[in-house]
Amino acid sequence: MQGDTISAIATAQGEGGIGIIRLSGEQAIAVAEKMFRPASGKALSDYASHRAVYGRIVDEAGQVIDEAMVLIMKAPHSYTKEDVVELQCHGGVMPLRKTLALTYAHGARPAEGGEFTKRAFLNGRLDLSQAQAVMDIITAKTDRSLKMATGHLTGAFSAKIKSFRQEILGQIAHLEAAIDFPEDEVDDVVTESVAEKVVEVRNNIAKLIKTAGTGRILRDGLMTAIVGKPNVGKSSLLNALLQEERAIVTDIPGTTRDSIEEYANVGGVPLRIIDTAGIRATEDVVEKIGVEKARQMVSEAALVLALFDGSRPLDSEDEEILSLLAGRDAIVLLNKSDLQSVVTAEVLSAKANVPVIEISTKENHGLDMLVQAIQDKVYGGAVAADEGSFVSDERQANLLRQADVHLAAALQTIEAGMGLDFISIDLRSAWEKLGEITGDTVGEDIIDEIFSKFCIGK
Amino acid sequence: MESKNVFVAGSYDVIVVGAGHAGVEAALAAARIGCNTLLTTLSMDNIAMMPCNPSVGGPAKGHLVRELDALGGEMGVNADKTCIQFRMLNTGKGPAVHALRAQADKKLYQFTMKETCEQTENLDVKQLLIDKLLVEDGKVTGVQSETGEIYTAKAVVMATGTYLKGRIIIGEHTYEGGPAGQRAAVKFSDSLKEVGVKLMRFKTGTPARVDARTLDYSKMEIQPGDEECRNFSFMSDEVTREQIPCYLTYTNEETHKILRDNMERAPMTNGIIEGIGPRYCPSIETKILRFPDKERHQLFLEPEGRHTNEVYVQGMSTSMPMDVQLDFLRTIPGLENAKVMRAGYAIEYDCIDPTQLKPTLEFKNIHGFFSAGQANGTSGYEEAAAQGIIAGINAAMLIKGEEPLVLKRSEAYIGVLIDDLVTKGTNEPYRIMTSRAEYRLLLRQDNADQRLTPLGRRVGLVKDDRWARYTEKQNAINEALDYLRKNSINPTKEITEKLMAAGIEPVRNATSFYDLLRRPDLDYDKLAQLFDLPELNKEVKQQVEITITYEGYIKKQLEQVERMEKLEEKLLPENLNYDDVPSLRDEGREKLKAIRPRSVGQASRISGVSPADISVLLIWLEQQQRIKAGEGKADV
Repeated sequence: MQGDTISAIATAQGEGGIGIIRLSGEQAIAVAEKMFRPASGKALSDYASHRAVYGRIVDEAGQVIDEAMVLIMKAPHSYTKEDVVELQCHGGVMPLRKTLALTYAHGARPAEGGEFTKRAFLNGRLDLSQAQAVMDIITAKTDRSLKMATGHLTGAFSAKIKSFRQEILGQIAHLEAAIDFPEDEVDDVVTESVAEKVVEVRNNIAKLIKTAGTGRILRDGLMTAIVGKPNVGKSSLLNALLQEERAIVTDIPGTTRDSIEEYANVGGVPLRIIDTAGIRATEDVVEKIGVEKARQMVSEAALVLALFDGSRPLDSEDEEILSLLAGRDAIVLLNKSDLQSVVTAEVLSAKANVPVIEISTKENHGLDMLVQAIQDKVYGGAVAADEGSFVSDERQANLLRQADVHLAAALQTIEAGMGLDFISIDLRSAWEKLGEITGDTVGEDIIDEIFSKFCIGK
Repeated sequence: MESKNVFVAGSYDVIVVGAGHAGVEAALAAARIGCNTLLTTLSMDNIAMMPCNPSVGGPAKGHLVRELDALGGEMGVNADKTCIQFRMLNTGKGPAVHALRAQADKKLYQFTMKETCEQTENLDVKQLLIDKLLVEDGKVTGVQSETGEIYTAKAVVMATGTYLKGRIIIGEHTYEGGPAGQRAAVKFSDSLKEVGVKLMRFKTGTPARVDARTLDYSKMEIQPGDEECRNFSFMSDEVTREQIPCYLTYTNEETHKILRDNMERAPMTNGIIEGIGPRYCPSIETKILRFPDKERHQLFLEPEGRHTNEVYVQGMSTSMPMDVQLDFLRTIPGLENAKVMRAGYAIEYDCIDPTQLKPTLEFKNIHGFFSAGQANGTSGYEEAAAQGIIAGINAAMLIKGEEPLVLKRSEAYIGVLIDDLVTKGTNEPYRIMTSRAEYRLLLRQDNADQRLTPLGRRVGLVKDDRWARYTEKQNAINEALDYLRKNSINPTKEITEKLMAAGIEPVRNATSFYDLLRRPDLDYDKLAQLFDLPELNKEVKQQVEITITYEGYIKKQLEQVERMEKLEEKLLPENLNYDDVPSLRDEGREKLKAIRPRSVGQASRISGVSPADISVLLIWLEQQQRIKAGEGKADV
């Protein structure tokens, strides 16, 4: 049973190259058939599933709109487990929009945000953490974020959670076997060893929770403000940051926002730079930035890049900028190391209370140090090879915390010397909470575990 | 042409087919509630027979007996009257899993139960082999016996145990038959098929019985009963009981070798047995196969009664050929010269797929037809009896036009058992275990009366004597708790000295006795020695202590129940067409169509219904409600 047919542009807008329109639902093939003429002259519905078909998109009047490759994926072997058609159009934004409008004219309706994924989930295609991961892939900002997102999809994260659950289940099974079969030769439950295992799982959960912040940054981008007085080189720094791997920098012309945000991939960390338009405007045209504006940007930012001019003495504007940095996650940059130095790194460092990085935006000098500093801030010294299992959203982090609360309670119960059955109450709750992350059910698992491990029964 | 011997021989409200543990409870319940009831049995000599182990109770099973008793059932009372050893198991663990287990005198158990049945008002007991279920227009009308006569009824409870197409297997030798030398009921399952009942084929087994005179108990470990005299029933007052011990011994490498060498002759491996057996009650040959590294398996020697030399070899269930049985038994310490009085055997039988039943144990598609016990795919006397009483009660409720009794998972192990059966079905003989219950701490054996006696009263099964005893106990508990909450001690010099002298940490502020009892090192008796507290009897004291000591944990479970209840309260209309619900996965949709759950809660427990399906159902229900609400508004 399929839902009504939905359609949307599946690729990011304005990216150029190929634009994909995805249709999903009972009428997906019928809708596509009305607007697509295969070059072979055959009807689209005559093609087998998972074949790419070349042809033309035509409007109601028979006018050719674009040339396209069309891919049919029949239910249930598609992402949503419904009939899915992908129209890969080649002609840029306008033909793509026209094509989308045609799908609506032929009976599809606009998909809501995330609706394909929602259908995939509801049709049993993905577990909860995988569904989240797909959303993350769609909005992945950099390679590293993408790696984290694909890690979730293929289940590196799920596998980790499952290993925690398995560990807890093993303990529960032992407790339950001892309770249900008191006269069988189940090895005595040594509560100390149960406690040890629980502590181990708690440590692992704690590590995972710690990565929640990193996960969020990799997913959403790190809100970054570049501040400094006029002509200090903000625009040059911005350009230098953007130039690195220009290819995967995503321009999102603010359709609803009045300022422009740009994503810069800095050493794998997506920086979401606040008010880049403003930076350019102030540098190039207005030549003036109010401290008020800087104050506002700093308050929005998770990371502040503060620029100071090493070739000119620090003035009151610099002092005010410095005062904004108190209590902020800031990286202080001393620019123009190519020129005669008037302000030294030591003096600035003493005033800012943080180490200072000397750079030259003109000569691209010192940027590697900046990259390193940003990475250090995000990963907090964690090994960057582990992104596959970063916690990427608040829901997951919350469930992990709740599971941990139950494990802590189980430890208390052990310490208080309560009966075995009391220990298993909180262990079960922890196990269930972890199961909520992956969407697994509670069922016969415990019983199966008991019988696979212990020889019991009269 | 109708034969002369086809005639209506009797008319009843309720007929119960089979007088095992499920059948007697069903019949007694229906009759005691006031229905004119017939109980049929293959043999008047084998009412409430125990064809397998001579014991009642144990973890979760003992809980079932206590619950059955609290509702007004007979098993607990009968066991108290006739058992020859009682032990409380799991006493080192929390109160929720303490479990009473008793060794039965099998024959005495049967005769006593038979006498109870025969003396119960409204109840006829007859020796009949029932061949046919009579159904008209989806409604049960009665049964027909092998000799042709018809008994009509408004409701029929089948409690046919392991007798349907029963087949006994001992090695290469097989024959048609019921357990323990009984006849099999060959035709009844065909009659069930004719009216659309889906059947399964299960298997179970039992060990040999050996002659007590040929056992050397000096080579075994004695297992005496508890010194304290205990009872299953809330109505029993036995304070002394003469007990008989059991003995413990072990298999060894030699035993295992004989079994391994003859494995190709084991009916369960060579294809003679096709039915599915229970994992928790594996035969000794299965144990050897599945746990090859285990050096020994324990065996309990359990006497079958005071007036017999038959001894049950618990742990040694087998369907091996006779020569192998004799060989391996004699490798066991204490059994070197053992003489076998009855051989171990396996039995295959037809049972119904329990997902065809409503939680009332009535068939969804046959009005007035109920099923209970081992015929529903369970195993164990206690599981059978627990279903029996519910089927009997609900047959009576149906006839009286009153609300059926469906126990929740948070209310009773009986609720867990029946919900599991009708929701998940079972692919092996089902045994109750405490780990099957989510809310174990609430379902204690000590508070079964508190949980269920009011429900038994509602359906008319709890008579005045039990009700009086119950209300008296509850009042005493409430009064005691009230007293402990309202009275406190102050940190005066005198009291501080008194506490310290008794080795108790003094109080810093005014502290109620209730709060004092929360301390893990204090109990009621200790406190009563120091302060003037009301005198409480044993049961009341126990309830007071458990209520106070485990309050935090109990609260936690009550919160869990509350969360679950939200899904249980979202009822699914009985006529819901799952084809109308978009986006359900095919498997989930088919399962929902087959089970037709009462609530989203029950739906969530069906295997094959995924969390995604549940989300879909919840969203759909929400939509339907909004549509309805919208329509309502439009009308205004």
